[in-house]
Amino acid sequence: MSELTLARDADGNLANKADWNEEAALMLAKEEGIELLNERRWVVINFMRKVFEEKGDAPSIRRLTKESGINTKELYELFPGGPAKKAAKIAGLPKPKGCI
Amino acid sequence: MKEPIKKVSIVVSRGSLEGVYPGLIMANGARMEGIEAQLFFTFFGLYAVLEKKMDKLKVATVGNPAMCVPDAMGPGLPTWMGAIPGMSWYATSMMKKEMEKLDIPPVREFIEMIHDAGCEIYGCKATVDMFHLSKKDFCPQVDAVITVGEFYEKSAGAQIIFT
Repeated sequence: MSELTLARDADGNLANKADWNEEAALMLAKEEGIELLNERRWVVINFMRKVFEEKGDAPSIRRLTKESGINTKELYELFPGGPAKKAAKIAGLPKPKGCI
Repeated sequence: MKEPIKKVSIVVSRGSLEGVYPGLIMANGARMEGIEAQLFFTFFGLYAVLEKKMDKLKVATVGNPAMCVPDAMGPGLPTWMGAIPGMSWYATSMMKKEMEKLDIPPVREFIEMIHDAGCEIYGCKATVDMFHLSKKDFCPQVDAVITVGEFYEKSAGAQIIFT
């Protein structure tokens, strides 16, 4: 699979959620400067996908830290330079719509 | 391509609920975007980081001609009505309810969240002296009490936003 085969939206996130799989996640992570998807990063990614399925939008950082078991400090360490936006991209979701 | 914003230095100068939140939301939003951020609390804005005050901030119902009930599209609230005891309490509880729906945390939790996100938090030395306060009056997230000169030093390379 190459980057060229996956359609993107204007933000560079996957245009079709169906294109997403673990391999795609790793490729997207590398684009964001994250070389390795460890267990803790998967907790965040899976939680984001779960909430998106339910609500049609990625969770706020507050909800994510309250319910996923990853606190704010760790979240910023796992996804340096913009956790919500980066985690959503790696999870194959569009950019989150909320402000919080 | 335009140069992206790398750092913001946000001043919070007001102590009403609606005076404090915009600065907090902007600081948190900056960190979410990977932008370096610092918050500087001055004058009544300092109440947002005072242990004994931060959970009790209220919406101002007097002196705000934009205040409408029950929401923005409702009729204006006359100034004399805003002065009725309990009015500020009522407006505050309404606004907090709406904020909770949007997942905007209460002030104390928001300050913790913003600090954990890597935003530095400072109190204004002049205000601390004027209000007879000391470092022990603040919540633990306040990194230091600094002078306006130090504020400018720490704001090097930042966009300064006054609220």
